[in-house]
Amino acid sequence: MKALFTIAVQSAWNRRFVLSLVVLSIALSAFLLLGIERIRVDVRENFATSVSGTDLIVGARTGAVQLLLYSVFHIGSASNNIKWSSAQALARNPAVAWTVPISLGDSHRSFSVVATTRTFFEHFRYGDRQAVQLAQGHPFEGVFDAVLGSEVARRLRYESGDRLVLSHGDGVLTSNDHADKPFTVVGVLQPTGTPVDRSVFIGLDGMEAIHIDWIAGAPMPGLAVPADQVTNYDLNPRSITALLVGLKSRAAVFSVQRAVAEFEGEPLMAVLPGVALDELWDVVGIGERGLLAMSALVSLVSLAGLVAVILTGLNERRRELAILRAVGAGPRQVLVLLAIEGALITACGVLLGALAQMVAIVLLRGWMQAHFGIALQARPPSTNEFLLLAAVLIAGWLASLLPGFRAYRLSISDGLSPRI
Amino acid sequence: MQPTVVPPLSPLLSVRALTFRWPRAPHDVIDIEALDLRPAEMLFVRGPSGCGKSTLLSLLAGVLTATSGEVSLLGQDWRTLSTARRDQRRADHVGYIFQQFNLLPYLSVLDNVLLPTRFSAQRAGRASERGRKPGQSAQALLEELQLGAAFWKRAASELSVGQQQRVAAARALIGRPELVIADEPTSALDEALREAFMELLLRACAAAGSALVFVSHDARLAERFERQVDLPTLNHRAGAAAELQAA
Repeated sequence: MKALFTIAVQSAWNRRFVLSLVVLSIALSAFLLLGIERIRVDVRENFATSVSGTDLIVGARTGAVQLLLYSVFHIGSASNNIKWSSAQALARNPAVAWTVPISLGDSHRSFSVVATTRTFFEHFRYGDRQAVQLAQGHPFEGVFDAVLGSEVARRLRYESGDRLVLSHGDGVLTSNDHADKPFTVVGVLQPTGTPVDRSVFIGLDGMEAIHIDWIAGAPMPGLAVPADQVTNYDLNPRSITALLVGLKSRAAVFSVQRAVAEFEGEPLMAVLPGVALDELWDVVGIGERGLLAMSALVSLVSLAGLVAVILTGLNERRRELAILRAVGAGPRQVLVLLAIEGALITACGVLLGALAQMVAIVLLRGWMQAHFGIALQARPPSTNEFLLLAAVLIAGWLASLLPGFRAYRLSISDGLSPRI
Repeated sequence: MQPTVVPPLSPLLSVRALTFRWPRAPHDVIDIEALDLRPAEMLFVRGPSGCGKSTLLSLLAGVLTATSGEVSLLGQDWRTLSTARRDQRRADHVGYIFQQFNLLPYLSVLDNVLLPTRFSAQRAGRASERGRKPGQSAQALLEELQLGAAFWKRAASELSVGQQQRVAAARALIGRPELVIADEPTSALDEALREAFMELLLRACAAAGSALVFVSHDARLAERFERQVDLPTLNHRAGAAAELQAA
């Protein structure tokens, strides 16, 4: 066996140029499989860690997934708001321990602005029930104070004391800037690896203040209220986008959910973040399976390439097989030789693909984080990834049995005198 | 040609009433009444192409098995053995030299010579006798065949045809197999090289104590051998073989 292995290695090395192409195509398919699996897992991880310790998310009636997406991930927008009075009524429910109101809609240089209250810093949890921590400064106090997520501060090079102007909506139209009412950075949060990093936090009163002279999404002509006079106005919010709710006991979650659904003031809904996430995965899962099937097909094609290359080479190797027969190798050993060769090539390809995946993650993680907000992690392959690699390996080895059997039959029919 | 006499020692190789027919072929290509080879005997088999030479050698080496009759090596009929056992027995007891292209191009000269010791523990054992390593036995054999140390690490593909055939001879002889079969090993060599190769091959076989079955169409080589047979005479179906080959 050891002799066959050495011969297989040396024989393959002798044909390294052709075989390296096969190795590359197998590497590519392994890379695809691993890459898709890693992105799938890390995206889920990112989503799952973004909200923790929140028992219910309350918002206007819409889909559970949509509510989760806009309230926590700032993806898409709310169809409707909640009245502030409704939020206050909910907060008074005896089963509710705390609530964190969230008001969205503005942005700063494409980072979303989250208007909330100081309860956010007390109650919001991410990851493994971790509270958000300030890296510098303090939570907002004044009307025009802002606290930045770590990535906002890093990318825009902001520090405490810097001034920033918020834009109405997504900030595409400069006429929509709230330039008359700039905010001051008073604190920067530590990195969390969640959408918090890409958010600008202000108080609900600040949100109210910048829109005080606006009506229906546009500044009202002739009614500009200077920044230093806003405190003369009522800055209590009239509505918010969503309400994060923590309960005294998780056992009450369904009764509170029902209470929200039956709320009389306006149509509301409450979703369990975990349930909404599962629903999201059901939707996303279809696409994931499609991608996985695609890369499985790529693997299949590259394994077909492996078989084709070894099979084509076989005719030129009949002399080699006859020599091996003459020095005592049997047809079965010829078969084993080809199987070793196939396994070696597949193993090289799979290893190369795994290596490429790690290198790609290290090189691209910054870019992925910046553009898609997906934090990829450079870690050793997971069990699932190992299973995928093993599947490619086994499939490659099985595929190489095909030329193996051909070689077996050739070496029986040729014996010591190949008819070339 | 002299009639086959019953040798005094028990024969190394013994052929009795051998016939062979390819699957689905209409005629036998081999029909040999009797042929014996004593241990360490040098036998020249003369045969033009198409008289069943390669087929006979495959039968002697146990790659093919008789359709009827018996081919025994060391008293063991090839036909009674399984394919795997035949492969092992060939690895243990038979060295084989082809017309040309004997070597695996991607192995060094030394590794080519050592190939049989990788498939046969018995030959590896014999190559390690007298406290030598198999590699040292291979080197000694190569020296004997006038391939000095400068050649040992070279890739087989870098050698001339004459050098390659000598490496093939060293490979056939490593671990002193009882039988060496040479299938027209000189046909690719010019006359001067041919003489030198014959000289070295016969001497090395004698030194190893191996019997030699040497097949060639070239009758001029016959005189070097203690015994000669003429295959067309020996094989009653030589004509059929020729027909088959022509077809």
